[in-house]
Amino acid sequence: MSIKGKVWKYGDDVNTDVIFPGKYTYTIREPEQMAKHAMEDLDPEFAKEVEKGDIIVAGRNFGCGSSREQAATCLKYAGVGAIVAKSFARIFFRNGINQGLPLVQCREAVENICSGEVISVDFEKGKLRCKRGVFSFPPLPESVLGILNDGGLIPHTRRILGIDKGG
Amino acid sequence: MGKTFAEKILAVKSGKESVSPGEIVTISPDVVMSHDNTAAISKKFGQIGVNHVMHPEKIVISLDHCVPAATEEYALNHKEIREFVQKQGVRSFYDINTGVCHQVLPEKGHLLPGTLVLGADSHTTTYGAFGAFAAGIGRSEVASIWATDEIWLRVPETLKINIEGELPRGLYAKDIILCIIGNLGADGALYDAVEFSGKAVRNMSVGGRMTLCNMAAEMGVKIGYMEPDEKTIQWLASRTDKEYKIVKSDADAEFERIIDYDVSDLEPQIACPHTVDNVKPVSEVVGTRIDQALIGTCTNGRIEDLKVASDILRGKKISKGVRLLIFPASMEVFGEAMELGILQELVKSGAVIMNPGCGPCLGAHEGALAPGEVCLSTANRNFKGRMGCRDAEIYLASPATVAASSLYGEITNVRRCSR
Repeated sequence: MSIKGKVWKYGDDVNTDVIFPGKYTYTIREPEQMAKHAMEDLDPEFAKEVEKGDIIVAGRNFGCGSSREQAATCLKYAGVGAIVAKSFARIFFRNGINQGLPLVQCREAVENICSGEVISVDFEKGKLRCKRGVFSFPPLPESVLGILNDGGLIPHTRRILGIDKGG
Repeated sequence: MGKTFAEKILAVKSGKESVSPGEIVTISPDVVMSHDNTAAISKKFGQIGVNHVMHPEKIVISLDHCVPAATEEYALNHKEIREFVQKQGVRSFYDINTGVCHQVLPEKGHLLPGTLVLGADSHTTTYGAFGAFAAGIGRSEVASIWATDEIWLRVPETLKINIEGELPRGLYAKDIILCIIGNLGADGALYDAVEFSGKAVRNMSVGGRMTLCNMAAEMGVKIGYMEPDEKTIQWLASRTDKEYKIVKSDADAEFERIIDYDVSDLEPQIACPHTVDNVKPVSEVVGTRIDQALIGTCTNGRIEDLKVASDILRGKKISKGVRLLIFPASMEVFGEAMELGILQELVKSGAVIMNPGCGPCLGAHEGALAPGEVCLSTANRNFKGRMGCRDAEIYLASPATVAASSLYGEITNVRRCSR
């Protein structure tokens, strides 16, 4: 799988409260509605202007704070194709994979990518291409990749339980 | 070479002889916790396409995030949870009159040393104070565990934090953990198991230990942990008669890092807007005007916290411009505070006593802030927008610092009150 998209670049410690405010956690139930509030308290322009396949590039500890899965869901449904970060907060990492949202950890690439540029990511080869060059990142562990390839944890669990065939 | 607590538990739970950091294992948890998010989780469970949860006896649900329901939407959310509980035969269900999950699970005897607990809440780390392996996970994961009784976990490296010395008067567990988070940063212990040890931890009450493990989440940990001792055993004795086996790190276990602290000269600490690791000594921000003061929550809503506050406020009135809100962590705490006359003292000083809940901590319910307002809180997060308004500021400190500050209407060094 490989994707190409325009970059939205942010800094370190982007927390789940600014990605998806806590006041909406029990009142907004539909993913399409969640998407309208994506990044609301960090970058109010994001949800209005993000396009399908765009890529978020961020610093350390992306998605820190609350375990709210909607932080990953709202980005996925806003059209985000992948997130590249220096590191991810552990629950956000799980939530991203479980929503079928590809996550790439690559410190060096983040330092060389500018907001607005178009980058491409090849997940099988573990390569990220941007204006300043090509950067390698380690592939996800096989069991984790399996969840991503099934489109997230719920479809993955359906397949494991034999409810859905193939995958 | 010996093994750490985390390695031992994950080996047992995955049925392996031994496991090492970085390894990915499949485990079956002992307890699976969720709260108001249970309605959303039950929808995901429905999408999986099985009719019944595999182990209803492992599920614990506590309503706490918006209780009692603030609007029709929240009421519907609660109603769906009550129906789910009924349909699936979940017996460990705690309705709105019980308290915050992180206080309720230990109180109701669901927390045993040496067990593995997963919860759909980032502060699930709190349970490490009882010697359990307790980590936060997401909603889809809880749904999947309900259906399969399994999940993958990465075996974490272990960071040992040794806390020695005697805390000066007026300082508490909250000051220690704020200091540590300020030093290490919001990702200072990312993916790590953090083991707290040392004299200051041994001297700490069970409540103080819960505060440490609760806030450990704010430096990225997978779990917080401390060795159960006589205090833990005694605390648990009146809550459960189930048998348990204490699991400890071996004396020759391999730690990723060991960090030493001596708290003998620590000053009161405060996290400033808008990140939890933006920690300073209180003395550096003394005089900052506050509009709201909040004492309670899963971080600092235990009886000892309320007692500290009422001791500072006894016979005095809070500053005119300040709204002081008290959120006991559970109804058990609420009842005890009532019997001890603590709530009465607090009310006399001008506080508003709220029912236990998480509402204000995430801006979902009660105690919301207006643009330009400043809140000093004993909670665990101060992110922008956290209390419902992106143009408000949140500071975090101990119950003593919050109580003292509410007297003067500005951030105050607690030592000013002990003179």
